[in-house]
Amino acid sequence: MQTPTQPTDVPSDFFSAYLQRPGVADELFDAKGQMRPVWRRFVDRFARLTPAEIEARFERGDQYLRDAGVFYRQYSNDPLAERDWPLSHIPVILHEDEWATICAGLTQRADLLERVMADLYGPGRLVADNHLPAALIARSPHWLRPMVGVEPRGGHYLHFIAFEIGRSPDGTWFVLGDRTQAPSGAGFALENRMATGRIFPERFPRAHIHKLSGFFGTFRNAMERLASPQWEPHRVSGILTPGPSNDTYYEHTYIARYLGMMLLEGEDIVVENAQAMVRTIEGLQPLGMLWRRIDAAFADPIEFNPTSHIGTPGLMEAVRAGHLGMANALGSGVLEMRAMMAFLPRMSKVLTGQALALPNIATWWCGGTRERAYVQKNAQNMLISPADAVDLPFDLGATTALGGEFRGTAMGSISDWLEREGDRLVGQEAVTLSTTPAWQADGEGSGRVVPRPMTVRVFAARTPEGWHFMKGGYARIGRSEDVTALAMQRGGSVADVWVVSDRPLPHTKSAVPSDGNFRRAAPGILPARAADNLFWLGRYVERTEDAARLIRAYHLRLAATDNRNDPRLKALRSYMAGYGFDLSQTVPEALISRISTARNCAFNVRDRFSTDGISALSDLLKTATRMTKTAQPGDDCARAMSVLVRKIAGITGLVHENMYRFAGWRFLSIGRALERSDAMASLLARFTGEDAPEGALDLAVEVGDSIITHQRRYRVETSRDTVVDLLALDADNPRALLFLIRALRQHAEALPNAHLHGRPSDLLRTILPLETGIACAMPVEMTPERLMTIRAELARISDLISATYLR
Amino acid sequence: MLYDVSLTIEYNYAATSDRARNLVRLLPSDIAGVQQVRQRLLQVTPRPDERRDGVDFFGNAMSMVAWHHPIDAMSLNLTAKVERFDTIVPLDFSPRLAEFARDLSAVHGLGPDAPHHFASASPLVSPSPAMTAYARDLVDPDMTAMQGVEALGRALHRDMTFDPEATDVNTPPEEAFENRHGVCQDFAHVMIAALRGIGIPAGYVSGFLRTFAPPGQPRLEGADAMHAWVRAWVGQETGWIEFDPTNDQFAGTDYITVGYGRDYGDVAPVRGVMRTSGGQESRQAVDVIPLEGA
Repeated sequence: MQTPTQPTDVPSDFFSAYLQRPGVADELFDAKGQMRPVWRRFVDRFARLTPAEIEARFERGDQYLRDAGVFYRQYSNDPLAERDWPLSHIPVILHEDEWATICAGLTQRADLLERVMADLYGPGRLVADNHLPAALIARSPHWLRPMVGVEPRGGHYLHFIAFEIGRSPDGTWFVLGDRTQAPSGAGFALENRMATGRIFPERFPRAHIHKLSGFFGTFRNAMERLASPQWEPHRVSGILTPGPSNDTYYEHTYIARYLGMMLLEGEDIVVENAQAMVRTIEGLQPLGMLWRRIDAAFADPIEFNPTSHIGTPGLMEAVRAGHLGMANALGSGVLEMRAMMAFLPRMSKVLTGQALALPNIATWWCGGTRERAYVQKNAQNMLISPADAVDLPFDLGATTALGGEFRGTAMGSISDWLEREGDRLVGQEAVTLSTTPAWQADGEGSGRVVPRPMTVRVFAARTPEGWHFMKGGYARIGRSEDVTALAMQRGGSVADVWVVSDRPLPHTKSAVPSDGNFRRAAPGILPARAADNLFWLGRYVERTEDAARLIRAYHLRLAATDNRNDPRLKALRSYMAGYGFDLSQTVPEALISRISTARNCAFNVRDRFSTDGISALSDLLKTATRMTKTAQPGDDCARAMSVLVRKIAGITGLVHENMYRFAGWRFLSIGRALERSDAMASLLARFTGEDAPEGALDLAVEVGDSIITHQRRYRVETSRDTVVDLLALDADNPRALLFLIRALRQHAEALPNAHLHGRPSDLLRTILPLETGIACAMPVEMTPERLMTIRAELARISDLISATYLR
Repeated sequence: MLYDVSLTIEYNYAATSDRARNLVRLLPSDIAGVQQVRQRLLQVTPRPDERRDGVDFFGNAMSMVAWHHPIDAMSLNLTAKVERFDTIVPLDFSPRLAEFARDLSAVHGLGPDAPHHFASASPLVSPSPAMTAYARDLVDPDMTAMQGVEALGRALHRDMTFDPEATDVNTPPEEAFENRHGVCQDFAHVMIAALRGIGIPAGYVSGFLRTFAPPGQPRLEGADAMHAWVRAWVGQETGWIEFDPTNDQFAGTDYITVGYGRDYGDVAPVRGVMRTSGGQESRQAVDVIPLEGA
C-alpha cells in the first residue's frame, strides 16, 4: 500500500495531521491535493479560530442538542436507555451543482423503484420474464402476498424514501442502499442543522446554505392532499409509530411536533367497514393517509404477523378498499433486499430503456452459476451475506463473510457455503468510501482535523410535481480511518450536510406573508391514548407529591419522638401500607415506581409534552433514586422529601404556567384534581375519625399544606370542625375537596360533548350533585362514611372519563 | 363422490374488549379436476357487523368478519355439498432428485401455484438439520421426486405416533419431530419441513375427510375434526401431488380441500384478534357424509 500524503495546501496546524490516502477520494481535497473550492471559505474561517473558540462553539451545538432532548434509543436491557446524539461538528459541504446531479440520478432511481414495486404487486412481469428470480421474491418476508393486486390510494406506492450514497475513488457517487420501508434520519437531519446553526452562526456560511425546512412542509401538504381529496373531505393524516421502545421514537415525536401531525400507535386506530379511524376524545375520526414508521409486517396482525402487538387489526382491509393510503405502501420493504441491487441495473434497461445514472454497489446474486463462480473467485474483495437482508451493507449480521473470512460463527469453507446456500446469498464489492474532515479533540483543550470515511443519506418525497429532495441531509461518519464500509457500523457519528451556493441565497421567510385574511387554525385532534397518558401523568405526579408529603410527615415525627411505636407513626405506616408504601424503607421503592410511571406517561406523549417537563421528570427520578441510597431516617429523610416536594412543585408550575390550554392540558389537570381530591378524602377519613390518634388533625393540616392558613383563619388549636372546614368545604383552598371538585366540573364543562341534546353529559350529571352536596355540607356531616362515599363517586367519575374520552 | 359437509366451531372467550375481528377460512372452493362445490354456506353467530367474502393470494375463500361491540362467544357453521372427483395417483414422470433443482429453477413466475412460495422457510415451518438429515437418509439422488415424497410420507407415518395429547396448535415442527408424536398438523408440518430440506417445494392443505370409511376399511385418523395433509411439487411435468402422512396414503376421493398454504398460518380456519385479556376455548364438530346414489 502506498503511504498517505499530505495535501499541498494545508490551511493551518489543525490540518497538519490530515493525510490523504492514495486511492481514496476526499471531500476536502481533490486528487492533486488542492482544496476543493466549495470548502475554501469555510476552512479559512475555521482555521482562524483558536482552540478555545472551537471548543466553545462545539459546546454550544452540543448544549442545543441536550436542551432539545435529542437522543436516540439503544436496544439494551433498559428499554428506555437513551444515548446522547453523536454529532460530528464539522459539516460535510457539497456544491449545489453536484447535489443537483446527484438528485437527478436519484430521481431516475426513485421512479425505477416505483415501477419495480408496481410490477411486484401487480402483473409480475419482471419475475415471469426472469429479470428477477422468483425464488428470491417468494422467500422475502417483506414481499407481502395480501398486497398483490391491491391498488394503492392515489396510485403510487412510494412517497418518502431515502438513499444511502457514497463517493468512490474516481470521485463519482454510488448508492449503497435504498431505504423504502420507513426511512429514518430526516428529523435528525433537522436537529443537526439546528445544532450547526449554533456552532457556525455567522452570515457566512449561513446565507449560502440551502434550507431543509421547506422539504417537510411540501411533503406534509402532499400527504394531506392524498388523505383528503376534494371528494373525500375531512380525512386526517398521521404518523404511525411502533411506540416509545423503538430506537428512532424520538425522531417520530420530533417530526410529529414539527409538522403538527398526529403521532399514532396501532391501538389509536380502529377499522370499521374498511374505514380506518383514529380514536380521539371527540370520537372516531376518519383517516386518509398514514406516514408509516412501523414495519409493514407488524401493521395488521390479522393479515400479517399474527404475533404483532403494535398493529391495528383490519388495517389491510382499509388499504385494500382504497380508503387508506400509506407512505410507503405496505410491502415496500421488499425493495430494500440486498439482492435487489444485483438486478436493478438490468431492470432499469428493461423497464425504461435507460442505464442507471447513479450506479449502485456492485452486487452478485449467488443463485446463478456464473455469478457464484465469480463471487467465489473474488471472495477476497467481497462482502458475502444473506440475499434477503434489508440492512445497509455496513450493518453486518452474524452470517457474513468479508474479505474471504467469516465473521462470527465459523461456517466451514466459503466455497461450501456458496455451493450449499448460493441462492440465499449475495456477494457485494467491498467498497471504498471517501473521507471528510472530522474534529478529533486531544483532551487538552485542543485538537486536530482528521479524515474519516462517510456516507450521505438523501431524502426524497413525492409531490404532485414529482420527487422533491431535501437540500442537504445527514451524513454518517466512520469512527476510524478504515475506509471500507465496515467502519460505518453503529458507534460512528453523524454530521450535517450543507448544500451550498456560490452566492448568498435569497432570504426566504419560512412563514407565509400575511394577506390580511388571517384565519386561526382549528385546534388539533387529540387522540384518546394521548389524553389517557396526560390524564395518568397528572394523577401520578400528584400521587408522588402526596406520598412525599406523607413520608416527610412520618420522618419529622420520627425525628421528634425517636419512637417507631408512637401511635401517629403507627397510623401513618398502616395508612401508607394501604397505598403500597413500605415506610420501613427510608425512601420507599413505591415512590420511585410512581415517579417512573409518571415519566413513562410523559414519554408516551413526547410529541405533546414540553421538553423541559420531561427533563424535570427525569431529574426528579434521578434525584429520588439517589436518595434511596443516601437518605437516613428522621430529619435527613424529611429534608430529602422537602427537596422532592419542591422539585414536583417546579414541574407542576412548569406545566400549569406554560402549557397551552388545549384539551390535553385539561386531561392533565383533571387527572391531578381527581388524584388530589381522592387523596384528601382518604386522608380526612382516616385522620379525622374518632379512632384517629392524638395529633392526627395537625398531621392532616400539615400534609394538606395548610398550616399557615389554618392559623390565620381560625386562630385556635385544630379541631375536627376547623380541619374539615378548611380541607373539605373551603372553596378557596386549592387542596380542599370543594375547590378540587369545582375545578373538575369546570374542566368537564369545557370538554367535547359536555352537553348532548341540551342535557348535561353523564359525567357532568355525576359531578354536579357531588359538588353541590359538599358545598351545602356542614363540617359535622363530613363523617368518615360520607368521605368514603365521596371517594366512591370520584372513582365513578374517573371511570366515566375513561369510558367517554380515553378509549 | 358427492358429500354433505357440516362443521361447527365454537369459541368462548373469558374476557372481551370493545370489538372483535376474525379472518375465517372454511369455505371449500372449486378446484379444476379435483372437486366442485355444488353449494356452500358459512353462518357466523352472533351476526357480525361487517362481513366481506373474498379470495386470498393462494386462491382460498376467505371471510373477514368483525363486530363493533364486545362478544364473548362466536360460532361458525359451515354446510356444503361438494363433489370430489375420482383421482388416481399420477404416473411418475417426475425428474430424478439429482436433476430436480434444475427443473425447479426453470420455473418463473409467482402465481398462486408457483413452487417457489413453498420451497423455503415459511413463518411456521423452517427446514431443520435434524429433519433434513432424516429425509436424506430415506432418499437417494436416483429416486424420482415423487418416489422421494412417498418414501418420506410413509416413513413419517411409520415413525410418528398420532397423539392428540402431545402437541397443540402452536407446537413447532422441530419439537413434534423430536418427540415423534403429534396430530395431523404436526405430521404435515414435519413432512413439509423435511421435503423443503431436500429441495422439494411442499405446502399445507387443510380440509375434511369422510367421517366413516367405506365398508371393510378402517376409519381414518382426523375425521372428527378438520384435517391437514401435504402437497408437494414434483417437477414441471407432474406438478403438485398430495400425500397424507397421518393416514399413509395419497389424498384421494375421501378428501375435500378447503385451503392451500405454505403452512398452517396461511389456512388457519380462524385468525383473529379478540383484544382479550383472558383465555379462550374452542370446540369443533365435523360431519362428512357421502350422499347415497351420488
